[in-house]
Amino acid sequence: MTADAGPRATRLPGVPPEPGVAKPDPILVAEGVTKTFGGLHAVQVSRLEVQRGAITALIGPNGAGKTTLFNLLTGFDRADAGRWSFEGRPLAGLPAYRTARAGMVRTFQLTKSLTLLTVLENLKLGSRQQAGERFFAALVHPLWRAREASIERLADEMLARFGLGLMRDEFAGTLSGGQRKLLELARALMVQPAMIMLDEPTAGVNPALTQSLLRHILQLRDEGMTILFVEHDMDVVMGISDWVVCMAEGRVIAEGPPASIGSNHAVIDAYLGAHHGRRGGGEG
Amino acid sequence: MDILAILGDATRAAIGPEAAIYALAAIGLNMHFGYTGLLNFGQVGFMLVGAYGVAVAVTTFSAPLWAGVLIGIALAVALALLLGIPTLRLRADYLAITTIAAGEILRYTYRSNFASPVTGGVYGLTRFADPIYAINPIPAGRYGFGQLSFSERSLWIMVISWSLVALACVLMFLLIRSPWGRVVRSVREDEDAARSLGKNVFGYRLQSLVLGGVLGAVGGMLLAVYSQAVQPDAYNPAVTFYLYTLLILGGAGRILGPVVGSVIFWFVVVCADSLLRQAIGSGLIPASLISPTEVGAVRFALVGAGLMLLMIYRPQGILGDRREMMLGDR
Repeated sequence: MTADAGPRATRLPGVPPEPGVAKPDPILVAEGVTKTFGGLHAVQVSRLEVQRGAITALIGPNGAGKTTLFNLLTGFDRADAGRWSFEGRPLAGLPAYRTARAGMVRTFQLTKSLTLLTVLENLKLGSRQQAGERFFAALVHPLWRAREASIERLADEMLARFGLGLMRDEFAGTLSGGQRKLLELARALMVQPAMIMLDEPTAGVNPALTQSLLRHILQLRDEGMTILFVEHDMDVVMGISDWVVCMAEGRVIAEGPPASIGSNHAVIDAYLGAHHGRRGGGEG
Repeated sequence: MDILAILGDATRAAIGPEAAIYALAAIGLNMHFGYTGLLNFGQVGFMLVGAYGVAVAVTTFSAPLWAGVLIGIALAVALALLLGIPTLRLRADYLAITTIAAGEILRYTYRSNFASPVTGGVYGLTRFADPIYAINPIPAGRYGFGQLSFSERSLWIMVISWSLVALACVLMFLLIRSPWGRVVRSVREDEDAARSLGKNVFGYRLQSLVLGGVLGAVGGMLLAVYSQAVQPDAYNPAVTFYLYTLLILGGAGRILGPVVGSVIFWFVVVCADSLLRQAIGSGLIPASLISPTEVGAVRFALVGAGLMLLMIYRPQGILGDRREMMLGDR
C-alpha cells in the first residue's frame, strides 16, 4: 500500500541521520522536553527539530511516548520541563487553544467529530477571526454576517476538496470512521495552520480512503504545509514521509530519511528487542 | 369527581406565574446542561441569591426595588464566577458536586441565626415588592372563568414573567444560532476538539454558567416578588431537580424545551394533586390508604413514574429529536 507520491526529491538533502540533528529551516524546535508519570519517563526528548514544508513521520513501538509528546507540544498535557518554539515563538506552558491559534493544530488518535454538529458546522467551527464567537457580538447579526458568509464559502470549498460535500448538512455522528478522519483533517485546515499534527491518521480507515487521505496529505505538503504525523503502518510511513523520527521509551533514538530508517539498528532493536537486533534479524 | 374542576386547576397552574418562573430558571439550566454540557445541580442557589438580593436590599437596606434587582443579578454573576473559576477547568463531575453543595451552603447560611438580622433567618423576609404591584395597570378583580381565573396581582406577575420567558427565548435563539452558540455546542460535544481548534473552552463555559445563573436568579426574583416573601427552605435542592425534570421532559438543547416542559410539568403535578384529593374526598381511594396530608408526596411519586415511562418511550423529551439522542449516546 503505497501512495502515488510521484517522483520525490528528498526535501532534506545533506542532513545527517542522527537523533536530534539540526534542520536547515526548522518550524518547530523542542529542547529537553520531559514528562514522567509516576516513575515512568514517558517523554525525554533532548532535542527535536521539525523541518518546515516537509512531512515528518513519528514512529516507534507502542508506549514510546509519541502521543504524549504530541500532547505536550500542543498544550494538551503539561510538560515537567523543556522548551519548544514554533516559528521562533516560545510555546511551552501555553494552553492548548493558544497553541492552536499560534498555527499548530492537531488531530486525535480517536477521532473527535462533534457528533451533534452538522458536517458544515464542524468545519465552520475551525475558522478564526469570527467576531460572532464573542458573547455580545453574537447577539448582533450584522457584526458577523459577512464573515460567516466567507467562512461558509471556505468550508464548502474544503468539503468539496475532501469529498464530503454530500454530507454537508448531516450530523457528523452519521459519518463513517474514515469520513470522520477526513472531516477532522478538513476542520483542522479551517484554522489555517502553518503546521498540522496528525495522530494516526490512517488508523481504522479502509484502504481506499487511506489512499485518498494520503493524497490529501501530500497535496497539503506541496502547498507548503508542514506535517508531523504519528503512524504505525510502515508502508504509509515509507510512502509519504520526507523524514522519519523514531522514538522508544520516551527518547528520540533515530532520525533520517525513510530509506535509511528501515536498516537503522537502533530502530530494529526498538521494535524487535535488542536480542534480535544484534543477530541482525532482518524482519524490520 | 369533577373533571372540569381538575382540568381547570391544572390549566391554571400550567399557565400561572410558577410555570413561567420555573420555565425561566430552566432556560438557564438549558444553557448549562442542554447546550454547554455543564452539570449544574445548584440552579436553586442562583434562584436564592436572586430572590434574596431583592428582598434583603429592599427590606434590610431600604434600597429601591430596581437596585435590588441589579444586586440580585450581580450576586448571581459573582456566584457563577466563584463556582466556575475553580471547577470549570476540571472534569464535569466537579462542577456538579460543587454546585449541589453550594446551593445547600447558601440555604443554611441564609437561614442561620447569625445571618438573621440581614436575611430574617428561618422566617425570611416579606412585603418588599410593593412598588411592582403599585404600578400594576390591571384593575382589581378576577379574570377568567370558573376554576380558571386569576386575581389582578397574579395576572400582572404572569404578564411580567411570561414576557421575560419570551425575552429569554429570543436571547437564547439569537445566541445559539450564532457562532458563539456553535462554539458552546462544540464544547458540549467534545471539549478537546474545541480546544484543538483554538477555542478557549474555559472562557465559554464560564460565560454559559454566568448567563444561565443570571436567568435562574431572575426566576428567583420573580418567585420572591410573586409571593411577596422569601423563605430559605423554599430553595431546597428538590427545586433544581424539578427544573431538570421539566427540562428533560420538554427536551434539553431545544429553545422551547424548558417552556413546554414547565407547562406540562405543572399541569401534570396539579392534575395529579387535584385528582388524588377528589378521589380521597369522594371515597374512591380509602383515606386509610392515602391520607389527604400524604397527597403532596404521592403526586410526585406519580410524576416520577410518569417520567420513567417518558424516559422509556420518549427519552429525547417532547421536542427532542430521537436521531440526535441516538447519535449522542454513542
